[in-house]
Amino acid sequence: MKRFVAANAAIGSVIIGFLVLVAVTGAVWTPYDPLGISFRDKLAAPNARHWLGTDEFGRDVASRLMAGAASSVWISITTVTIAVSIGVVIGVTSGYSRGWFDRIVMSFNDALLAFPGILLALGLLAVLGANKYGIIVALGIAYSPSVARIVRGTVLSIREREFIAASRVIGNSEAYTMMRHVLPNCLAALTVLTTSMFGWVLLAESSLSFLGLGVPPPAPTWGNMLASARPYIGQAIWLAVLPGLCISMTLLGINLLGDALRDRLDPRMRDRT
Amino acid sequence: MEKNLLTVDNLSVQVTGIGLDVVKNVGFNVQSGEIVGIVGESGSGKTLAARAAMGLLPQGIGVTGGSIKFDGEEIIGIAPRRLRQLRGSRIGMVFQEPMTSLNPSMLLGHQLDEGLALHRRLPEAKRREMILDMLQRVGMDQPERALGAYPHEFSGGMRQRIMLASVMLLRPALLIADEPTTALDAVVQRDVLELMVGLTREQGTAVLLISHDLGMVARYCDRIIVMCRGEIVEQGKSDELLARPKHPYTRKLLGAMPARGVERSFPKDEQPIVSIRNLVVEYPGRQKLLRRDPPHRALHGINLDIAPKQVVAVVGSSGSGKTTLGQVVAGLVKATDGEVRFEGAPISQDQKTYWDYRMNCQMIFQDPYSSLDPRQTIGQIVGEPLRHVPNMTPAAVRERIAEVLEEVKLGADYANRFPHQLSGGQRQRVAIARAVVRRPRFVIADEAVSALDVTVRAQILDLFTELQNRHGFSCLFISHDLGVVEQVADRVIVMDKGRIVEEGDRSTVFDAPQHPFTRKLLSAVPALQPAPGGGVRLLWRLDAEEGSAPAGAQSQAVHPA
Repeated sequence: MKRFVAANAAIGSVIIGFLVLVAVTGAVWTPYDPLGISFRDKLAAPNARHWLGTDEFGRDVASRLMAGAASSVWISITTVTIAVSIGVVIGVTSGYSRGWFDRIVMSFNDALLAFPGILLALGLLAVLGANKYGIIVALGIAYSPSVARIVRGTVLSIREREFIAASRVIGNSEAYTMMRHVLPNCLAALTVLTTSMFGWVLLAESSLSFLGLGVPPPAPTWGNMLASARPYIGQAIWLAVLPGLCISMTLLGINLLGDALRDRLDPRMRDRT
Repeated sequence: MEKNLLTVDNLSVQVTGIGLDVVKNVGFNVQSGEIVGIVGESGSGKTLAARAAMGLLPQGIGVTGGSIKFDGEEIIGIAPRRLRQLRGSRIGMVFQEPMTSLNPSMLLGHQLDEGLALHRRLPEAKRREMILDMLQRVGMDQPERALGAYPHEFSGGMRQRIMLASVMLLRPALLIADEPTTALDAVVQRDVLELMVGLTREQGTAVLLISHDLGMVARYCDRIIVMCRGEIVEQGKSDELLARPKHPYTRKLLGAMPARGVERSFPKDEQPIVSIRNLVVEYPGRQKLLRRDPPHRALHGINLDIAPKQVVAVVGSSGSGKTTLGQVVAGLVKATDGEVRFEGAPISQDQKTYWDYRMNCQMIFQDPYSSLDPRQTIGQIVGEPLRHVPNMTPAAVRERIAEVLEEVKLGADYANRFPHQLSGGQRQRVAIARAVVRRPRFVIADEAVSALDVTVRAQILDLFTELQNRHGFSCLFISHDLGVVEQVADRVIVMDKGRIVEEGDRSTVFDAPQHPFTRKLLSAVPALQPAPGGGVRLLWRLDAEEGSAPAGAQSQAVHPA
């Protein structure tokens, strides 16, 4: 069992390490100009010159995937960070304080949850403008209510445990108890949540692109590459498959790494055989 | 015409994955109509040995050898179909947790009828009549109404009676009762046991009673089997085994039974360290759509003084308000009315003296599995209270942690471990270390030993007494277990339904109880008397004079000790 877990962690790290390498490289150097149009080469299947083929404008897919990795990774990391930070602050304070504060905050939170995340993001994008930063802020806000909900639920169960009462009897302040005892014990739920949220965000970004509200073309992201490949799926299957593969491999890597991280951070799991 | 109903021979049980033997070459028998007790601590294999007889071993645990014969029929390797016929019909089982052993989404009437309909070919009207009779027999006031009720409408004790009714309806030849009353408080525990013994005597059912409580088993069983680490270390007639224990482990178990501690005297009219005046606590009622339920009053005007260095025990059954009392004194629950004074000053956040109270009043919690933060090391847990001690250098903190860990007999090298690496008893030592690390003048212990095994409990009680003698802190010792209270308390407060019904010195309360509720509590704990064989005899207090036996308890049920 332990060996199995270790193998998972290793696979996850390799995938994510490779992704980061590609994203960093893609930000400074790509084999071809990711925006360079060449109608002579359009919709070329993978070949010696274009290893991963070209798209409907003859742009090199490999270069676009590399450039896209940089923006997709950047977007998802910042979005998830924003959503988790807002959600954790709201969830922990409202779950720990209970009472009227909790009721008001959670009613508002539930009202936001009632909108599909993507719809909420659309509304926010209309205000913020459809660009990279608009997407980050909009998705970050749109996904924070679900984080807040889950964190609050975890906090509610933790605050009933006796070690919280023990901390109060010691004379620790509420804020200290929250930071030192409640938050660390939410970590397991949080890591699982965070990793799955990378998936939601990558998909949401491609959905927004599909609706024309994503990162505006011609700048490549995996999401808008996937979206623009749709009309050509019959003639140039690689256009859809390659960005799709990138997204799913990334999700796999993040999930494996996330699980390993969760076990690593939990003292109870560290010496389990 | 006694014959062996259940014969277990050379039984071995193993956790298959890791090859760990949990029951090793165990052999015993139960004759028809006999009550046999299996006693052991957690991990002794007592439950697995009995479960094997029902073919109810958990996944991943299997029988590796030996034989189990029920009424001459081999159980090991029996066809599942035949086993199902035996279960319920011939062998009944009552489990420990009444809260989970009844199906919460099924009407009691249907639940009770399930077994009957399956195993007995009887018309529905007849079955219904039998169920009603049985419910009446187990002490249900309105059996008709109970048929249409769900399990959550009943208390734990009542559910265990219902469970018993559903098993005994089928008149099994053998009843396996696995810690049937461990989850219940002392008074209810006794009522349920008397009922179980009474019912099985009427029907001639043999009982295999599994428990960690040697006193309780000795009271009701003809024979006792003592198990330790998967092996039977001793078995014999109850009173003989108690009076002349042969195996060191049996002696250890007997030695772990709480006995009265030394009498201590306290100077009169010294200023009490804690004084409680007219304390009232109400919990707000549940918010319904348009109105609120009336508030629930947990404490009705409590008055109590605790002298310096004194151990005051609060006893009572669940729902008596004893835990609430402790939480108010600890500052975890706010009083609705009345006040608690610590060394003369009221405890409330706005008082200047609050910090002095907070520093000097500490608490030991019941459940060592939930009172320690799983993400902290033992050193961090024990050292945390020292954050608030002014002018302590990190070196002094480390030194104090090591010192306290030595005091609770763990040793300084435990500081780097995590709670999950420790046993229940060791965890409770850590919890005690955390409570005394600041050298408080007052400690609240809320059921501090009730979650522990008997021998561990004895060690923790000794440790507690030793620390109390050394540091002289006063203590509010909350417990439902009168045996434990008799060992540690200087004064005893008996609570029932939010009121103090009796209070006095330990010897007064235990030797001359006045209130009927105290007497009822006391009738559930034995007094130990040394026996010539080196063991003990159990004396059951107030048995002879007790006229009002609980519903269903027949006098023949009780074996004279």
